Amino acid sequence: MSKPTVALKSVIIRFAGDSGDGMQLTGDRFTMDTASLGNDLSTLPNFPAEIRAPQGTLPGVSSFQLHFADHQVRTAGDAPDVLVAMNPAALKANIKDLPRGATIIVDKDEFTTRNLNKVGYGANPLDDGTLSSYKIHALALTSMTVSALSELPLSRKDAERAKNMFALGLLSWMYHRPTAATEAFLKVKFAHKPDILQANLLAYRTGWNYGETSEDFAISYEVAPAHMPPGRYRNISGNTALAYGLIAAAQQSRLRLFLGAYPITPASDILHELSKHKKFGVTTFQAEDEIAAIGSALGASYGGALGVTTTSGPGLALKSETIGLAVMLELPLLIIDVQRGGPSTGLPTKTEQADLLQAMFGRNGESPVCVIATSTPSDCFTMAMEAVRIATKYRTPVVLLSDGYIANGSEPWMIPDVGALPELSVEFAQTQENFLPYERDPHSLARPWAIPGTKGIEHRIGGIEKQDKTGEINYEPANHDFMVRTRQAKIDGIQVPDLVVDDPSGDARVLFLGWGSTYGPIASAVEELRNNGEKIAQAHIKYIAPFPKNLGAVLDKYPHVITPEMNLGQLAMLLRSKYLKDIVRYNMVRGMPFTTAELVEAAMGVLHSG
Amino acid sequence: MVDIALTKKDFTSDQEVRWCPGCGDYSVLSTMQAFLPELGLPRENIVFISGIGCSSRFPYYLNTFGLHSIHGRAPAIASGLAITRPDLTIFVITGDGDALSIGGNHLIHALRRNVELKILLFNNRIYGLTKGQYSPASEQGKITKSTPYGSLDTPFNPVSLAIGAEATFVARTIDSDRKHLTEILRQASAHKGSALIEIYQNCPIFNDGAFDQVTDNETKEGSLLQMIHGQPIKSSTFGVIRDGASFKLVELSSIDESALVIHDAHNADPSYAFALSRLSGSSLEHTPIGIFRQVDRPGYSAMVNDQLKSIIDTQGAGDLEKLLNSGDTWVVD
Repeated sequence: MSKPTVALKSVIIRFAGDSGDGMQLTGDRFTMDTASLGNDLSTLPNFPAEIRAPQGTLPGVSSFQLHFADHQVRTAGDAPDVLVAMNPAALKANIKDLPRGATIIVDKDEFTTRNLNKVGYGANPLDDGTLSSYKIHALALTSMTVSALSELPLSRKDAERAKNMFALGLLSWMYHRPTAATEAFLKVKFAHKPDILQANLLAYRTGWNYGETSEDFAISYEVAPAHMPPGRYRNISGNTALAYGLIAAAQQSRLRLFLGAYPITPASDILHELSKHKKFGVTTFQAEDEIAAIGSALGASYGGALGVTTTSGPGLALKSETIGLAVMLELPLLIIDVQRGGPSTGLPTKTEQADLLQAMFGRNGESPVCVIATSTPSDCFTMAMEAVRIATKYRTPVVLLSDGYIANGSEPWMIPDVGALPELSVEFAQTQENFLPYERDPHSLARPWAIPGTKGIEHRIGGIEKQDKTGEINYEPANHDFMVRTRQAKIDGIQVPDLVVDDPSGDARVLFLGWGSTYGPIASAVEELRNNGEKIAQAHIKYIAPFPKNLGAVLDKYPHVITPEMNLGQLAMLLRSKYLKDIVRYNMVRGMPFTTAELVEAAMGVLHSG
Repeated sequence: MVDIALTKKDFTSDQEVRWCPGCGDYSVLSTMQAFLPELGLPRENIVFISGIGCSSRFPYYLNTFGLHSIHGRAPAIASGLAITRPDLTIFVITGDGDALSIGGNHLIHALRRNVELKILLFNNRIYGLTKGQYSPASEQGKITKSTPYGSLDTPFNPVSLAIGAEATFVARTIDSDRKHLTEILRQASAHKGSALIEIYQNCPIFNDGAFDQVTDNETKEGSLLQMIHGQPIKSSTFGVIRDGASFKLVELSSIDESALVIHDAHNADPSYAFALSRLSGSSLEHTPIGIFRQVDRPGYSAMVNDQLKSIIDTQGAGDLEKLLNSGDTWVVD
């Protein structure tokens, strides 16, 4: 007899375990199965910088949070409804985030005296009553997995490693997730290791069956599909969307895509993804360092390719001088900075927005570049294409800012119609008499993209100040002043879309203004505030240099503007200096995204400030 | 190939050359301008990329495509161009500071990858453009503006460094010897992968006479150990013989010349060329000159583009629609 089913509107699950427990994979699979069911969702992977921190310790805890619902989801959720904790460290590291009444599933086999001591539990929390306000399911996950696999020719260690699949099977039963896709995934992943494949499949099915038969789990849950615009969807992470956006942009511009990159967290997955797609004519070059990565990309652009480099904050610092050269050469170049916690090595696996001023100003001299920012994982596709449009049309370096939350987080994405993608065609300078390499287009102020191999336009360019039009070396005061102002004017004149303001009542007095990955938390807070009857407007800046033309008017319209940032107020500084507008700053630099609750509270403070 | 043969004048730009009077760079420039027509290539298919330093102004004076980049980075920038534009012939112009100090990393990586670049390293053993500090190629004890009590650094031997990086073509020549320089340029241009040419270049302002030992008529014949493939390695007075796994110098008068090492530039083992490179010290009294090593190994750009082609040949060209729709997808009606 099947167990009763309860319908839920939304659920937040956090899988947590040791770095070696496979929590990211478990979370990924649950996400894919959830996406295919039609729920809206958002994810937040959170893992240590160490590949394998000492087993069973707090620094070694890796987690994956997933928020899914029958309605639109903006964030990975503030507080988990369900915590799956594979060991005492995972419990201890995450328990503070759980509201009372939350469900906790733990592997009680791991709650040994030794493991409890490692994380400073004096007594076993499963026995001492400290978890009495939660629904605890203390399961012998390890031993049940090992005994289920006893017939297979596996070492005990290999058998134990399949316990994450037991947990996934159990959760899949609890929330009615389909199993076919995960089974197919395992068959591909372990195609060459038949014993390990059997172990994973068996553990997965045993976990499912355990849910169905064990008296420990009386009910299961359903979350109906969300209402989403019609179309074909897939789940996508920010880094994958960036890679796809670059491939699409190369196709739409008919340019050869060249990525020069040096591995760095959290940007490396863009390199990994692009390196798989050589059949699109994509060249990935793993350079000897960050400087060579951007240097090679600039060299490729000089030759008429689409030069791209991907990095994070420390790498952007190393690339500064070459970005300056690209400003001088006025060649298209795309620099993608997937921001992480800084300064220096900082928090390599955590998110932050503190590279904004580095992107804007981190070079010698007056060295303006275009700076744009992506706001969600799926937005990365669009913004990669936008970055290419601007770089190629205006012959300028473009810094595209993403961050760790966007890069590794994922959400459903309505797959665009390839036929409807914007046309990005470019023109190279043709053979001509008396060619002038720095003669500008009167509208865009772009100079010609004059590539080697074109007869009759041989010319010499470099990082030294050049004469207007001819591009020859020139140190004259008036010419330098003119060229500095012209390079700035070119960036200021880049055509970008107006800022869209969401203000349904039309008479809100407070504007929530964000940029980057704060989009989800802000939108979620705005929704909650409006549900509570508050009037609040929201706008999200994606173009920072130049700002949208209507930004000044938008700022003038609202008496109060709150700008939450995962830095100490970098966008606010830019807004204040350009528009002389007081900005209410709300800043946290914890390496984690804002919660909806704290943004609601921050807004309430402004809304009711009298 | 071009329709009408080009001349030296065709490769000379209209820019006024601004090196110091007597600089060795003039003679290298003039030799290069005279040599380029020999390649039979259209001007637009030739690119000169330089870093920073006196010699890095070189591209401005050639009527080809030219890029005067930033300090030390020319090999990296040129690598991106070479990979995406295998149709171009690319020269990198660099100096001992640019290539061995600030840009040392890019140099060795371009060489080990065997990127199709012809790298001309102008070695004057001094920093000229910054007005006279010691360089990584300066002899130990050098008194300069930044080392009034003498430099303590052990210098790089650029040829040893390049061979250590397993460069496939490594040669040494001298600014003032047009004939030799031209021959080396010819051989380097015919080579498929990276070529590193060290050019001893006199700086008349900050290190004048640094190479007198190998340029003065009285001493040069006795100092230059000529390396010609298939010929014994010797100067007018000394020769090279085997000494266990290495080489040593002997006076020609003391031996039978049949004992001399016959130069094998194509020796696959880099330790052969490396051992030759160690025969010279800072004093230049015995300086091997010519091509140390020339071995065939696939060029990097060729490999990158072959790999792309073979993937497209076997898998077909990428289909964006398919890519975007790959993996688990679902339809919302």
